[in-house]
Amino acid sequence: MADYTLQEMQAIIAAREAKAIGVDVILCGTGISTLAAVAAKKITTPDVVIFFETGAIDVEFNQMPMSLSDPRVMHRAVRLAGLAEAFAINQNQITGQHALGILGAAQIDIYGNLNSTSIGDYFSPKVRFSGSGGAADIGSVVGQTWAFMELGKRKFVDKLDYLTTPGYLDGPGARERAGLPGQGPSLVITNKATFRFDDITKKMYLDSYYPGVTPQDIQEEISFEIDLSRAVEAIPPTEQELEILRTQCDPERMVLK
Amino acid sequence: MSNTNKVMTLAEAIEKFVHDGDLISLGGFSSTQCPMAAVHEIIRQKVRNLHVAACSNGQAVDELIGGDCVERIEIAYGGTGRFAPTCLRFRKSIEQGKLKFEDYSNYQMTLRFMAGSMGIPFLPTYSALGTDIISKWGFGEDYREQDDNLPLQKLVVIDNPFNRTDKVDKLVLVPALQPDVTIIHAQKADALGNVRISGLVYTDLEQVKASKKVIVTCEEIVTTDELRQDPERNQILSFQVSAVVEVPWGAYPTALPGYYDYDPAFLLTLYPKAAKDDAEWQKYLDEYVFGVKTRSEFLQLIGEERLESLKADEEYGYNPSLKRR
Repeated sequence: MADYTLQEMQAIIAAREAKAIGVDVILCGTGISTLAAVAAKKITTPDVVIFFETGAIDVEFNQMPMSLSDPRVMHRAVRLAGLAEAFAINQNQITGQHALGILGAAQIDIYGNLNSTSIGDYFSPKVRFSGSGGAADIGSVVGQTWAFMELGKRKFVDKLDYLTTPGYLDGPGARERAGLPGQGPSLVITNKATFRFDDITKKMYLDSYYPGVTPQDIQEEISFEIDLSRAVEAIPPTEQELEILRTQCDPERMVLK
Repeated sequence: MSNTNKVMTLAEAIEKFVHDGDLISLGGFSSTQCPMAAVHEIIRQKVRNLHVAACSNGQAVDELIGGDCVERIEIAYGGTGRFAPTCLRFRKSIEQGKLKFEDYSNYQMTLRFMAGSMGIPFLPTYSALGTDIISKWGFGEDYREQDDNLPLQKLVVIDNPFNRTDKVDKLVLVPALQPDVTIIHAQKADALGNVRISGLVYTDLEQVKASKKVIVTCEEIVTTDELRQDPERNQILSFQVSAVVEVPWGAYPTALPGYYDYDPAFLLTLYPKAAKDDAEWQKYLDEYVFGVKTRSEFLQLIGEERLESLKADEEYGYNPSLKRR
């Protein structure tokens, strides 16, 4: 079996899943989210369009970007627009329903809602983060969203300190009642396990755990009780997947540790 | 704002068009195309109590907050990507209770400027329905009531009045913004204020068109004739602009596509070291902002060799061999 890092595992799981669901457009942020999109394009779904909310569309970069406005997302893109056009394309459901948004956050709850605003009281927070950026927009309107998260009881929480990005809000039917056109979260990829959401209850359940950990280990890193009954052990990356990830996706090792 | 020569110095432009208490917006995004020379000049002129309306204007907004110029902010994102997932002076000011703030999303802020640019009071969107962005107001009702420059409500959720099915169709209305002044940094402008931005335009165009006054700083002032040769590449018109200032390296340490890359040494090392500590921050301001009179003096502090290493490759628009960590 090949040696690999948990971060490489996450990127490769994302690439495989992109193929499994047949995604057309990936909207991504920076870091592991971009790496996952590039891994999908280079390993499993060469025709996928990588799209940044800044308006860089069908990007073909040679180097990992440091931000959504990095000139590296502009070189050889098919179109450079601005935020107005980028969000409009995803809000209208003719095109938006075909997009997958890849997000990250400081906190997530059992319904896949995300907090990227603050910890503690909103007005006098213990820790202040960047705020939504485009996350709330993407989570509201695109066909489906994934989140990259690190496991931990302070990250997988009973109640978010601030609900920045809508998942399934407070359960079945809540997105529809709120008027959100997008379909909501479908996958959470962490450093030790992946999670999906039950079709009926909309609650997160353990989908897979990485080799070397048990479902019970995962439960111990989550504040809420989670359904472990459907979990399977994840298939580790192959030599070939790792080779492409390391040599073609992030050769400078800007994201890969 | 007629079709006349609007070229002036940066100090003149800031003195003339940026005043205490103004509602201001800044161009660029995160680590690119931020009007940094103008921000330093605002700090140097000790403009106070600004009300900032921001999408994701990253480094520019963070330094303006750090320069003690900002009383309150409406903002979607206070970060510079992987350089600073949360901008340090922004974070500190909020955690220390020194900055009044209200959160929006990027599309909401974009639409707020767009509504302002269209001369209408609001626009609808589906963005952030059901979230705390709608339910938690940074500025309370009383505060809004006492201030003519704030809309009476943060965001308003309505039912689609055109809906003819049983399907729920709710939208959130975002109130228009018409800043007193917007400052952007562009690659090229002519002396009249016709502007060409290369690369992404972010929310710059909506911000400019919504604003009562506009300062354009640019790398190069070019002839109108040069701009006329490729009209589809020009975005901003002379009569929308109040001042034109030629400022080479005006976006440094953020990137300017086609001209220079961001400076990782500044954004990953020098700046965070200064910004995370109040005493260090004061030293930074004293040295890099108050310690120089002009942008060219600031650039001398950075040094020619460093600037040279950031120059963009013609084909890529950035420097592909830049050391980035």
